Amino acid sequence: MDCSHVFDFKVNRLTLVFTLFLALFFVTPLLYAQEDTSKATVTAHAEPEAEKKFNLGKFALHHIADSHSWHVIGDTFIGLPVILYTQGGLVSFNSDEFHGDDEAKLVIERAGQRFVKLHEKIYYASETANAEGEYVELDANHHAKNARPLDFSVTKNVCTLLLSVVVMLLVFLNVANGYKKRKGKSPKGLQSWIEPLILFVRDDIARPNLGHKYERFMPYLLTVFFFIWFNNMLGLIPFLPGGANLTGNIAVTAVLAVITLIIVVTNGNKYYWKHIFTPDVPWWLYVVLVPVEIIGVFTKPIALAIRLFANITAGHILMLSLIGLIFVFNSVYVSVVSVPFALFIGAIELLVAFIQAFIFTMLSALFIGMAIEEHH
Amino acid sequence: MELLVPEIGLVVFQTIAFLLLMFVLAKFAWKPVLAAIKEREHNIDEALNKAELAKQEMVRLAAQNEESMKEARAERDLMLKEAKTLKDSIVNEAKHQAHTEGAKLIEKARIEIENQKKAALAELKDQVSSLSIDIAERVLRNQLADKAKQQDFVAGLLKDIELN
Repeated sequence: MDCSHVFDFKVNRLTLVFTLFLALFFVTPLLYAQEDTSKATVTAHAEPEAEKKFNLGKFALHHIADSHSWHVIGDTFIGLPVILYTQGGLVSFNSDEFHGDDEAKLVIERAGQRFVKLHEKIYYASETANAEGEYVELDANHHAKNARPLDFSVTKNVCTLLLSVVVMLLVFLNVANGYKKRKGKSPKGLQSWIEPLILFVRDDIARPNLGHKYERFMPYLLTVFFFIWFNNMLGLIPFLPGGANLTGNIAVTAVLAVITLIIVVTNGNKYYWKHIFTPDVPWWLYVVLVPVEIIGVFTKPIALAIRLFANITAGHILMLSLIGLIFVFNSVYVSVVSVPFALFIGAIELLVAFIQAFIFTMLSALFIGMAIEEHH
Repeated sequence: MELLVPEIGLVVFQTIAFLLLMFVLAKFAWKPVLAAIKEREHNIDEALNKAELAKQEMVRLAAQNEESMKEARAERDLMLKEAKTLKDSIVNEAKHQAHTEGAKLIEKARIEIENQKKAALAELKDQVSSLSIDIAERVLRNQLADKAKQQDFVAGLLKDIELN
């Protein structure tokens, strides 16, 4: 099949996308650089002046981070439950009780313990406030030194997670019902929208990588594909019920990658383990090769987790930065450039949302396939 | 960097939620859906195979049809040919028969005509002879009406006889 011209065309587009991503790597350090300099100004100058200046880095990082409340519009926030496993047992209260404080200035007392919230993290409060009225001890990098309770709060990300689980259950149980109702007939409605994607996962991801044993791994591959894709898309919605950066959170991607690792390790056959512990090289090379192979087992899922996290986070930072430029320059005319460009990046993010879901699933299938491959 | 440190709460929630989602979907969505898709694909394959077989059967039938048509045509041609030869032979026979019959009739007619002619000639002869006798009688009667002439005549006759 001759598709070289299509490939050329795609290559041109990919080059464009790739250039934009490269640009991102230049933008991101700049953001941090800016954050650092602004921190310097915070410490050097008086407080009100620093608050007046718009900090793009802080703005972007605040938006991609998890939060104990859900921003609706303006100054309206939905308080979410805070659940802490402390030294004195489980403690729970509504995050509304912080009254919007994120600077560790308001102390909440529960079960004889005192808590403050600093940058969306809950700490055990210090006995006394420091010079800036914060009930935490800060180190040289401006990080709190206080101990933290185990935080099982229903944060914004957890809400989105539960929402996406509900949405997926509704969608796929509906689809499954369609197959029951129209047995042996052509798909209809939601069913015909989802079926090509299921076939895509089966025929283009599972079968080529896993061979005839693909059916065992289909539930995981399908779930992980749709979970990542749905959440990538939900993350692109800038307002309720979206707005959370779930798949751009390392905890989420790490859990998914660990599940892939567990599947790989539990399904690995004797060839897989032989390849790791007794590879076909002279024995004296084992000293080098065996550790490398063992590290390789873990770098694969780590790469999976970092790739998804970095791609989604990068996209969000890029979008926020473009919009943020308007406030950095404090001029509405910047929007003439930054809004269309943000729109353009948004369109690319739609593509990235799918591609990242595809890549994560594809590589998971590839790693599983390598572990279960039969050698003759 | 803070972004790279996973929060324990989200890790726990994500693990529980994802595994639950996977098991529920596996049991109630993926299994029936994949089974249904597989079955449908199987049915489609089967239907296509059947269609292919039917097509081949059709081709075979068409060929057979063609063959029998050809045979029928050949048979018809043969029959026509046979009929034609039969007709020709009948016509020829009839012609021949007619010919001989005609010839026979003509012969008969000729014989009849011959006979009639002979009869007519015989009758004519009879009539001529009777007429000549009659005429001769009348001439004689006329000539022998007076005695002198009778004597001359008898003398002449006698003379002829003597001459003979």
